[in-house]
Amino acid sequence: MKLELRGITKVFGPLVANDHIDLVVEPGEIHALLGENGAGKSTLMNVLYGLYDPDGGQILLDDTPVTFPGPGDAVLAGIGMVHQHFMLVPVFTVAESVALGYEPVGTGGMLDLASARRKVREISERFGFDVDPDALIEELPVGVQQRVEIIKALSRDAQILILDEPTAVLTPQETDELIKIMGELKAAGTSIVFITHKLREVRAIADRITVIRRGKVVGEASPQSTETELASLMVGRSVNLAVEKNPAQPRDNGLVVSDLTVLSGTTAVVDRVGFEVRGGEILAIAGVQGNGQTELAEVILGIDEAAAGTITLDGEELLGQSVRQRLRTGLGFVPEDRSTDGVVASFSIAENLVLDLYGTDEFSRGVSLNLGKIARNAEHRTKEFDVRLTDIHDPVSTLSGGNAQKVVLAREMSRPLRLLVASQPTRGLDVGSIEFVHERIVAERDRGTPVMIISTELDEVLALADRVAVMYRGRIVGIIDAAESGPAGINRDVLGLMMAGVPLEDAVEQAAGTQSVLASADAAATGRDLT
Amino acid sequence: MTTPVVPVTAGTPTGDVPADGAVLGKISYRIPVIYAVLVVFALLGLVGTLLRREGVWSQTTEFQSRYGDQWFTIPNFSVPSLLTIIVLTVLITGATGYAYVLTAARRTIPVWLHIAVGLAFVAAFLTWAGAGKTSVIPVTSLLAGALALSVPLIFGAMSGVVCERSGVINIAIEGQLLFGAFAAAVVASLATQPYLGLVAAPIAGAMVGALLAWFAVKYQVNQIIIGVVLNTLILGLTSFFFSTLLADNRETWNARQPLGVIEIPLLSQIPIIGPVLFRQSILVYLMYAAVIILQIMLFRSRWGLRTRAVGEHPKAADTVGIQVNKRRVWNTILGGAIAGLGGAFFTVGSGLAFGREMSAGNGFIALAAMILGKWNPTGALVAALLFGFSKNLGNVLGTIGSPMPSQILAMLPYVITIFAVAGLVGRVRPPASNGVPYSK
Repeated sequence: MKLELRGITKVFGPLVANDHIDLVVEPGEIHALLGENGAGKSTLMNVLYGLYDPDGGQILLDDTPVTFPGPGDAVLAGIGMVHQHFMLVPVFTVAESVALGYEPVGTGGMLDLASARRKVREISERFGFDVDPDALIEELPVGVQQRVEIIKALSRDAQILILDEPTAVLTPQETDELIKIMGELKAAGTSIVFITHKLREVRAIADRITVIRRGKVVGEASPQSTETELASLMVGRSVNLAVEKNPAQPRDNGLVVSDLTVLSGTTAVVDRVGFEVRGGEILAIAGVQGNGQTELAEVILGIDEAAAGTITLDGEELLGQSVRQRLRTGLGFVPEDRSTDGVVASFSIAENLVLDLYGTDEFSRGVSLNLGKIARNAEHRTKEFDVRLTDIHDPVSTLSGGNAQKVVLAREMSRPLRLLVASQPTRGLDVGSIEFVHERIVAERDRGTPVMIISTELDEVLALADRVAVMYRGRIVGIIDAAESGPAGINRDVLGLMMAGVPLEDAVEQAAGTQSVLASADAAATGRDLT
Repeated sequence: MTTPVVPVTAGTPTGDVPADGAVLGKISYRIPVIYAVLVVFALLGLVGTLLRREGVWSQTTEFQSRYGDQWFTIPNFSVPSLLTIIVLTVLITGATGYAYVLTAARRTIPVWLHIAVGLAFVAAFLTWAGAGKTSVIPVTSLLAGALALSVPLIFGAMSGVVCERSGVINIAIEGQLLFGAFAAAVVASLATQPYLGLVAAPIAGAMVGALLAWFAVKYQVNQIIIGVVLNTLILGLTSFFFSTLLADNRETWNARQPLGVIEIPLLSQIPIIGPVLFRQSILVYLMYAAVIILQIMLFRSRWGLRTRAVGEHPKAADTVGIQVNKRRVWNTILGGAIAGLGGAFFTVGSGLAFGREMSAGNGFIALAAMILGKWNPTGALVAALLFGFSKNLGNVLGTIGSPMPSQILAMLPYVITIFAVAGLVGRVRPPASNGVPYSK
């Protein structure tokens, strides 16, 4: 089926999320929609899927204009969507999830789960998915949950499948499998709209690429374009993808974590973890989301409790100290979710910049705050960290994601630091802000501070880390030195395998034997070595 | 250049951490502790009996199972009080030990053990209460009364299940019960036909449910606050009509109109439980039907699947074309109707005229029963029966004269509610989007 969008416009208040967007998806093609976070890709697809009413424009299927008042209508017309955050009920079985909304019913409105199961098995076998129809959704790994979403779409005879950032939650190996699946779907005649901001994936599988920037289509690109070309098209200026940094100059002091265990109920979410971060180096904790990184960061800050183990900073035990004590000692902490944990959204920018220091002599006397000093501090910090704002007294919620993150960094880096812990420091940021954040982190390292970053983005890990520790199911699978290249050093395939729990030595061996789809596409396109 | 591979720091495991496998969490000894508390109570009763009374060894407790006319009845029987209490206490102690062993081995405690411990404790308690008394312990009438007191609780809990499974918190059960009771009494009295009261009650409850849905879903008002407000509104409204209209014209507006007892042939002849379960008014049979139908519909029907989806993950339901808010509104109205029908039990169901504040907190206990039953119809049924039983136990012991002060006995259901909700339930998992309004 051929899909055509003509002049789609969607406005949210003052924000024009989609500005007269035109897009043509030919039958059986994989069409990548490339753009930064907030460029309007997901909005466009939600319009197509009937979740949003467009403020202007037309949707045509096989050259016939159609309108979708709700998702149900889009599904009937043969459009399926796999959302970035899966639309699955955790306590349902696979068969129930697939049946929901389109339930096969027997006598008296009773569910015909047997036929729902049969359908799951049928589709599952056709594409080699290996999904058990009776498994509970919450017990399945994310990669399998995504397959359930695809089965859901296929079970309703989707001719056009929209995948919204499908690789965000996957390990590199799972990504490879997804790419294989996409190939099979394409061979079976399904058109795929693939939304992403990851350049590497686009080049590996897309037939055509449409780039969106600030709600507008800024151009089409061929999959043969280089990453730098795609990136400049996406951002609107030439960008430097690599982070400039000198080799690390590690010192003796730093953070030492040993035998650290954190429990959630009865399961160990951080399981006997040990590592050290020396002053003047960046240790990156890599891993797929939800493998204990969040808890590890929180226990270092002190908002989560350790069941066993020690955390020492320059020889001083941190466990047992209150969060405030740790911050005063010189711990800088960038939380992974800046909107809920990093800032108080309704507080002003100036107030957010002193959230951890309001009680010190510098900013208050007795019970009263020194508002003048707080304002001067804000002027100074926002200039230093290049926060684009209209007024320091506006609530932080008026800032874009990138600028809000700069506020967090400005606050956390304004004190003399002895340790910096940053979780997902660039999640959801535009390329310009990412460059800035990375520069600041490297600068902090060069000042001799031990820096620990937690990231699920392999690109970020590779760009920043001096050493990489991979976490899987609460344990550290292995720690690799970034300075070494070659089979034992940092290598995308090795890291990917480790993120799936394969021990370091085995991962090196396996990675030498096989090259991932992405990696080979990479090599083919650029003709350079993988590492 | 440093070495390429830095090994993971290998240290000696400390604390709870076993040397080999994954770290296991702390074992929860909740159940054995609860059992042990029962053992302590049993021992206290035992010691108290031994210290206080002369000739304790010769005392007996008499039980009675006859209840109305039956073809076959078990004659009254007596047991030696102290010996029975000792045997039962030993049984409970053994069960506590067994539960401890199971828990320590990280195994689950079977349901039958809970039932056995519960029955043994209740039997010991009854034996103690009736020791040396001339009056008998009326087992069957104790159970029959328990069921009767449970009926509004069960309807209320079913109402809660229907609403909360779709994501709307129904604090207004109390008001729905009260309005149902009021409407049933008034309509039955005006029409001199109790069965018409059964038609009016669910309509009245549904009206309260509709108000709740209107505010909670359409205007997204905090659902707990709107529920409390509705309770107050209904209380004021019914009290107003009671003291004006109903009090002045009692014969027309608030005459007693009892529903007749319908006896199911054969089944009602079963000793002990026969008359309890099958010699009841139509309202009780409707209650059985409501629980069974709801249990099946919730987990086996399209309606149930969609209801649960809407309560767990409304956005997921929306993306497959389910109208989330419409489903919530209808479920809340249906829930209101169920609670309203339950309210009829206070008036036509019990053969009483309407009285001010006659729901008397039953709506809140119903809510507790729903939580204790983990949002499942059958679970809520069992929990509601437990509350009804404890309440009637207080009543019965009050009349036969027990060694316990009547005020303590009157506290029983509420104490059990607190213990049950705090301790027995353990980890409960409400529907994930319960109480969260949905908007795109």
